Amino acid sequence: MSTRPAATAEAWVLTDAAAGTASGRRAWRRLLRRPPAVVGAVVVLLFAVMALAAPWLARTDPLRTDWSKIRKPPSWTHPFGTDDLGRDVFSRVVWGSRVSMQAGVCAVLLAIAVGVPIGLIAGYYRGALDQLVMRFTDAWLSFPFLILAIGLVTILGPSLTNATVAIGLGATPSYIRLTRALVLATQAQEYVQSARAMGAGDTRVMLRHIVPNIFSALLVQATVSIPGAIIAEAILSFLGLGVQPPTPSWGTMLNTAQQFLESAPWMAWWPGLAIFSLALSFNLAGDGLRDLLDPRDY
Amino acid sequence: MAEFLVRRVAISIVTLFVITIVVFTGVRMIPGDPARVMAGTDADEAGLAEVREKYGLNDPIPVQYARWLALAVRGDLGESIRTRESVLLTVRRKLPITFQLACFAILIAIAIAIPVGVLSAFRRNTVWDYVANALSLCGLSVPSFWLGIMLILFFSVRLGWLPASGFVPFFEDPVANLQRMAMPAIVLGTALAAVLMRQTRNSMIEVLSADYIRTAYSKGLAARAVIFRHAIRNGLIPVVTILGLQMGALISGAVVTEQIFVVPGFGRLIVEAVFTRDYPLVQGVVLLTASAYVLINLLVDISYTVLDPRIRVTR
Repeated sequence: MSTRPAATAEAWVLTDAAAGTASGRRAWRRLLRRPPAVVGAVVVLLFAVMALAAPWLARTDPLRTDWSKIRKPPSWTHPFGTDDLGRDVFSRVVWGSRVSMQAGVCAVLLAIAVGVPIGLIAGYYRGALDQLVMRFTDAWLSFPFLILAIGLVTILGPSLTNATVAIGLGATPSYIRLTRALVLATQAQEYVQSARAMGAGDTRVMLRHIVPNIFSALLVQATVSIPGAIIAEAILSFLGLGVQPPTPSWGTMLNTAQQFLESAPWMAWWPGLAIFSLALSFNLAGDGLRDLLDPRDY
Repeated sequence: MAEFLVRRVAISIVTLFVITIVVFTGVRMIPGDPARVMAGTDADEAGLAEVREKYGLNDPIPVQYARWLALAVRGDLGESIRTRESVLLTVRRKLPITFQLACFAILIAIAIAIPVGVLSAFRRNTVWDYVANALSLCGLSVPSFWLGIMLILFFSVRLGWLPASGFVPFFEDPVANLQRMAMPAIVLGTALAAVLMRQTRNSMIEVLSADYIRTAYSKGLAARAVIFRHAIRNGLIPVVTILGLQMGALISGAVVTEQIFVVPGFGRLIVEAVFTRDYPLVQGVVLLTASAYVLINLLVDISYTVLDPRIRVTR
């Protein structure tokens, strides 16, 4: 490897890209052999479309109360029934997907944005800094996720943004750990050592040689942590620490529904079913992705 | 072995120390004047000054931290603003309830997860395996509070078999206690079972492909003997770790479950403390929870070395 002149580095990248498309096609075939993963990905997409197209999908205003239609069972005009204030449950479930998608995806992006650079630097430079970061991460991980989120929301005040920040920060230490472990493993590889031998600086080694190679593992982790974040947001809203009424969110809807289980059980069916199917689809898609990118036979 | 233990204990102590700093700073970051909260809304300026003097709130923050830490180490976590009861006493009253709930949940989870996980590893890529995997994914994806609500809807509202909420101490009326604990324990156990099952399956698959398993087969042992005598013992070691790591999730789960089923345990105490802005209680409870988690994981790591002699040698 050391006999190759640095000028051919571009050629390397080109061959890599060509190999990438071939393995891409193989990966695609492998994915198609796993129908559950495909179904999961499709349902996630449907939920994304539902969140984006909420104003067109839900014709009834999710906030409009109607005293003549309090707690009506599902019918043609209100396919999911109406709630305790006569609002259309279908509209509220559709609009609620915005809150859940937003909270789930943003929380995980935040965790990545904070956790990956810290883990990268700690794993790359090692030494005292690494020890300090790891002790802090251990301490951070010792707080149960929900306790930490509840504590942070208490400090920040209840709202969707703060709940998202709390969930994101709660998930951060696992990204620090994962990134650090991946960096340690990658650093031992010959291509990283040879990049260094060719005179690449720390930043270049990290961004050009390490990050692209740990990207797929991080992507899998992100996909499987989104459902957790979605459920966490629903829990915080259910406890009254997330989205505040009257904004429709699946967690707050279930909170209200709990008071009317005997007279209006449909209020509890749909929001919960929505959380369940979205989380399940993300998990299915994440499993498929893991098989795709990490072909160990599990 | 001794070196490993000392190192591991030292790490735990440092972690605990960092935790105390995080908890202390966290509570100090809560907006609002702590003296105002402790003295009540109708206290005048003189009353506030008195409270500040009494609790040393005028001292520099590091001094306050040192004093708080010194008391906390001796087991004095202060008293609840609302009830004036000592934090430790409140926790001691609530903890057994949650402990019972958690034990039931763990039992349910183990009873489901380990047989199913072992079976699906052994019958990999058969219908059994697919069904088990599907169940585990559903368990991971179902929001516990919704599962709780659905159970109430079915078993309490529709069938009228179980009471929807409340708590009766076990020694007062065991039957009533079990009736009320059944649904919360199932809800709490489901998520744990899902995680444990996946872990059991993965680690059993790894063990089943090991050389010594092939040796065991080739020397003519029956499948049953291989599984029970050779595979399970090694395959379950990672499961013990996961069980330790899941303690945090179990406490989070207890918060939600106790909220739904109105169980007056530790989890409900946390939510109440947050909502009533009872800061000493929040501080104490969070500190205790995090410390318990660190200690449990220390014990798990130590038990690991007992279960697997290889670790003793290599570390």
